[in-house]
Amino acid sequence: MFVPDFFGQALNGLSYGVLLFLLSVGLTLIFGMLDVVNLAHGSFYMLGAYAGLATIAALGNFWIALVVAPLVVGAIGAVMERLALRPLYRRSPLDQVLLTFGFIYLFEDLVKWIWGGRIRSIPPPDVFSGSVTILGATIPSYRLFVIAFGFAMAVALWLLIERTRLGSIIRAGVFDAEMTAGLGINMPVVFTAVFAFGAALGGLSGVVAGPIQSASPPMGAGILVPALIVVVVGGLGSLKGSLAGSLIIGQAETFGKAWLPGASMMMIYLVMAAIVLLRPQGLFGRPLK
Amino acid sequence: MKVKLLAFAALAVLVAIFPRFAGNYPVKLLQEILIWGIFAMSLDLLMGYAGMVSFGHSAFFGIGGYTAALLLAGSPGLLTGLVLPAAVSAVAALVIGFFSIRVSGVYFIMLTLAFSQMFYAVTFQAAWLGAEDGIVGVPRPRVLGVDLAQPASFHLYLLVVVGLAALFLWSVVRSPFGHVLRGIHDNEARMQAVGYAVDRYKILAFVLAGVVAGIGGALYTQLVGSITPDAFLWTTSGEALLMVIIGGTGTLGGAVLGAAAFILLQSLVSSYTERWMTILGLTFILFVLFAPGGIVGALRGRIGLRA
Repeated sequence: MFVPDFFGQALNGLSYGVLLFLLSVGLTLIFGMLDVVNLAHGSFYMLGAYAGLATIAALGNFWIALVVAPLVVGAIGAVMERLALRPLYRRSPLDQVLLTFGFIYLFEDLVKWIWGGRIRSIPPPDVFSGSVTILGATIPSYRLFVIAFGFAMAVALWLLIERTRLGSIIRAGVFDAEMTAGLGINMPVVFTAVFAFGAALGGLSGVVAGPIQSASPPMGAGILVPALIVVVVGGLGSLKGSLAGSLIIGQAETFGKAWLPGASMMMIYLVMAAIVLLRPQGLFGRPLK
Repeated sequence: MKVKLLAFAALAVLVAIFPRFAGNYPVKLLQEILIWGIFAMSLDLLMGYAGMVSFGHSAFFGIGGYTAALLLAGSPGLLTGLVLPAAVSAVAALVIGFFSIRVSGVYFIMLTLAFSQMFYAVTFQAAWLGAEDGIVGVPRPRVLGVDLAQPASFHLYLLVVVGLAALFLWSVVRSPFGHVLRGIHDNEARMQAVGYAVDRYKILAFVLAGVVAGIGGALYTQLVGSITPDAFLWTTSGEALLMVIIGGTGTLGGAVLGAAAFILLQSLVSSYTERWMTILGLTFILFVLFAPGGIVGALRGRIGLRA
């Protein structure tokens, strides 16, 4: 009994961790480039889920939704950056953080307006609607797809950032935006692109999460907290940290639910407190101050 | 300064006699404004003066509220209704502050936010705290032989406590301590270099703000007779931040104005449309973009008012 249970939980934790990775990597990328903690990032996750729902309702195909939803959310992110965040770049980054808080209300209510407040679910694609048995544990095959997809995305992102010209611009911008602009890079365009890209990743995680976790308007404000804990644990602005933090928090959350049902929600905070005490900058973060 | 104290006294008298010529609903709105007002003021002490933007201030509101709810059921008095909730909030603020002030800026935002959510998680699952339903049927205390179940006496009690808390915060920001906080806000490294133990000042500010927030939470529990885990939600902190910003950061009085604007707008808008959240979000976005000084800032610009 123990091995299948343990293995099943570990895989559940892994699929949740991978979702957190897709979400938090956008958050950390936006922070690295723009110095803004985007509190509306959970809203992108929610918008992604609903954009996915709408696409599936219209075209009946999950795979198209997987492409369309991130594009829609990325476009929303680009507009938000151009119209609202850009005028604030000369002010304190805290003003921008506060601004993104306002967008949470706006996005949540817009979704309620269009789709209503009830909980909906996205059916998994037909290919992955069954389940498989590994080591005695029955796993929905969609979860295995999510895990594989998440790791493929992690590799793709790593290649993008470490091995392409665009990636080197992003790395330079994270290191010193002013200097990068001085080298002739059009930083405002890069800022918009990075924000839109981060938003699209948030939207992507929303669609992917749809068949596992149902969609409802408050889901955005809810997922933000674990995503922030991931970046606190992993270190803000670090791709590696985002991955490590996500996997740790994914396991902590899942095993907490299985082994400490009365205090499961506490687990991720205990992990966070331990990390902050031992390493305030997070596992892979740059030293603070 | 005398003018201000006179204005403060006049305002207190107006609030005191308000129930004589207003119905139950406006009085309840006014009482909510008073409570949210000191909660927002305590947050303004942190963000407007010490420059510490906290997204976890709801932790102390909730801790004050839960402590009062638990203790009032046993023996309803001033000690259980205010003193102990304030003390427990102080201890909690000391612990959370110890962790949080190690970092600043956005890290501080994320840590404080996560800590308040931790209390949400604990209360949501703790059976002895009523889990997600919270604690209901909390009695109001007896103070100096007066039973505060009487609406008229409760109103005066609320006014006195809120008034004293406001005066306390006001004296804090005017004290040398308050000036050091402003110095830290302007240039932390310089204050450190000049020889101030910056971390100690920050943690004391965090504790003072936590205590007043805890009193706010305790009063809120007594007003509505219940407390739920939602008090801890980070969006509760966000709403208080919103009040501070709408009113005007770093003005104390602005926080109360912001609370009034928020609560009146909410009750007004909710009676016409279900789109309260859209209007709230837009109001907030527009204030941050176009009126960073809030209502007080706009008034100062227009009529040369000085606070």
